[in-house]
Amino acid sequence: MPGTVQSIERAAAILRVVARARDPLGVTDIAQAVGLAKTTTHGLLRTLLQVGFVQQDRATGRYTVGTGLLRLGDPLDLNEVRARSSNWADALAARSGHTVRLATLAGADEVVVVHHVFRPDDSAQVLEVGTALPARTTGLGKVLLAHAPEARRPTGSWATELAEVRARGWGVDRGEHEPERGCIAAPVRGPGGPVVAALGINGPVTVLFDGRGAPRPVLLGMVTDAAAAVSRELGHGGG
Amino acid sequence: MADRYVLAVDQGTTSTRSLVFDRGGRMVAVRQREHRQYFPRPGWVEHDPMEIWANTRRTAAQVLADVGGAGEVVALGIANQRETTVVWERATGRPVLRALVWQDTRTAELVAELVARPEAPLVRERSGMATAGYFSGPRLRWILEHVPRAQERAERGELLFGTMETWLIWNLTGGPDGGVHVTDVTNASRTLLMDVRTCRWDPDLLAFFGIPAAMLPEIRPSVGVLGVATALPQALPITGALGDQQAALFGQACFAPGEAKCTYGTGSFLLQNTGTELVHTRSGSISTVAYQLAGEPVHYALEGSVAVTGALVQWLRDGLGLIGSAPEVETLARTVDDNGGCYVVPAFSGLLAPHWRGEARGLVAGLTSYVTKGHLARAVLEATGWQTRDVVQAMAADSGLSLPALRVDGGMTTNNLLMQFIADVLDTPVVRPMVGETVSLGAAYAAGLAVGIWSDVEALRRNWHRAAQWTPSRGRAEALDAEYPRWERAVQLSIAWGAPPEPGVR
Repeated sequence: MPGTVQSIERAAAILRVVARARDPLGVTDIAQAVGLAKTTTHGLLRTLLQVGFVQQDRATGRYTVGTGLLRLGDPLDLNEVRARSSNWADALAARSGHTVRLATLAGADEVVVVHHVFRPDDSAQVLEVGTALPARTTGLGKVLLAHAPEARRPTGSWATELAEVRARGWGVDRGEHEPERGCIAAPVRGPGGPVVAALGINGPVTVLFDGRGAPRPVLLGMVTDAAAAVSRELGHGGG
Repeated sequence: MADRYVLAVDQGTTSTRSLVFDRGGRMVAVRQREHRQYFPRPGWVEHDPMEIWANTRRTAAQVLADVGGAGEVVALGIANQRETTVVWERATGRPVLRALVWQDTRTAELVAELVARPEAPLVRERSGMATAGYFSGPRLRWILEHVPRAQERAERGELLFGTMETWLIWNLTGGPDGGVHVTDVTNASRTLLMDVRTCRWDPDLLAFFGIPAAMLPEIRPSVGVLGVATALPQALPITGALGDQQAALFGQACFAPGEAKCTYGTGSFLLQNTGTELVHTRSGSISTVAYQLAGEPVHYALEGSVAVTGALVQWLRDGLGLIGSAPEVETLARTVDDNGGCYVVPAFSGLLAPHWRGEARGLVAGLTSYVTKGHLARAVLEATGWQTRDVVQAMAADSGLSLPALRVDGGMTTNNLLMQFIADVLDTPVVRPMVGETVSLGAAYAAGLAVGIWSDVEALRRNWHRAAQWTPSRGRAEALDAEYPRWERAVQLSIAWGAPPEPGVR
């Protein structure tokens, strides 16, 4: 029988103690209850705090069960994703000069726009939040399909392209959805790693891609950096 | 040639931030430090001016180091929490006590006494504002009365008064060793001590509040040379200063009469540029100074402050536990199609603009068994929209200016349901700019304009880009217009609820 991981065992014991307590507990109480040294207990509590499984009262320093544990099975709130991504999405639009969209998978063949930042040229544009886009012909959709649970991924000739998108960490479309317009998109990950959204820029194919159809490195870098920043903001990558 | 940058210091209620902006108005670097909030008694709120000065110096030095050789920082602008009051010793730079923060209500009794005096109408006539504890003059009066020997020391010129920008500029320019003692006209206009037409300290107002002229800073334009900051790793001309809400108006490029912005945070602040003529207010908005460029006439604004907007969403989260985070209010509100007949008036500690009823208390009106937490969430969001309409309507009545669009910033602007509701309830487009940091951007614009980074306000206008726009729908706007009297009735009920009971009523 393979051995158990000691720190997980200990963390679980701590969570049980904290969850059963009627009042918030201090680190000394917790250490006594689980029979560990105070420094060890403190270290474990810091990590549990970081992943949101416990929370600490600022004034007293005492611990209670965190919202992250209470809502362990809940999907990430999309309005929260928009709020947390807003600064990064604005910066991406300002730097790239292109429309920015953040989208999530809705059903097998559609994605829905969660956040939209206008192209910063002050031309008339309509807010697309809540709009559905086809999944298979947009860069955003391809990224989301590529990271969808296996049962929901398209099969056949699609599988190869999506495997590539998954492997390289970004996806594109070149005029497949709208003539002469394209998209460069990258995955946004939530706490623990699952892809919860795709972030991308949208613009003329000739501006976004070079003569051989490869995304221009500067723009691609901006998109993947922004997507990584939003992922960090959502708690992916150890905070 | 290296890019030319501007340093902005945003000295706010909870933290001090230093930011560097480029010519395109894009943020290049930012550093932030929070300061301690002191609550020595119920209703008292204080900050340590020395801590804030240390944080300013530190974050500014850090951000200058962050920029390094990437560009040349050529000017410094300051935006500050308004009406927070500091008194310090000229010889040592030591504050005589901690700063009295704008949220502090200890002057209530003092203000009641002042208002009862026969000369009281003078304040509104000259300063343009009502005698209220909200402004810094009464706080200064309180300090002079409660710190031993403060009045006589102030008269001898040993003590200096300032709002936060004055305190920081004095320290940045040398402190006890030749520090420049100046304030900008927007901050001066919030003291109740300045004649809002001439933009000078008014001798009659000083006499009314018992303030010695010797302790007052010199009033300067918001855009123009204020001094040279020698206390930073590199000497920088200080060429811009504005109160934070005026800075946001400037950062939102509201330079023409009628143009307006609203910052949606814990509370909300709506300012509308009214041009170079002072507007006489009768409907509950207040006239304030918007900004002044050196050598040019003062621009005025109408202001409407709403005490509780985002704070109501926080109450839904922390007080009721109906949501786990503030943005989830939108998710909950979208579980239903309307408010189900429910209205929430968040008069937690009275109502500010345009009602100015300190006695009002909050209420939830229209409860039936039909109402769910979804309806309540919707009513919570709508309260921010209805309150915006109250303010906009009062301003329109006072200024006669129409509102072409409302420029918005602040944390609540990521809430699509709310932004669309505001567009519908005002029947006016609501527009969010690409740079959400409008306060610090406004300070940077003021400073950069003075040193020629930007040639004129038109150049600043070209930097402003739309990130999103919510357009009113005709049908919704008409329906909400018909519904508005119900909200007004709920507001009247909240005022009546908070009023002392009539004799005979138990």
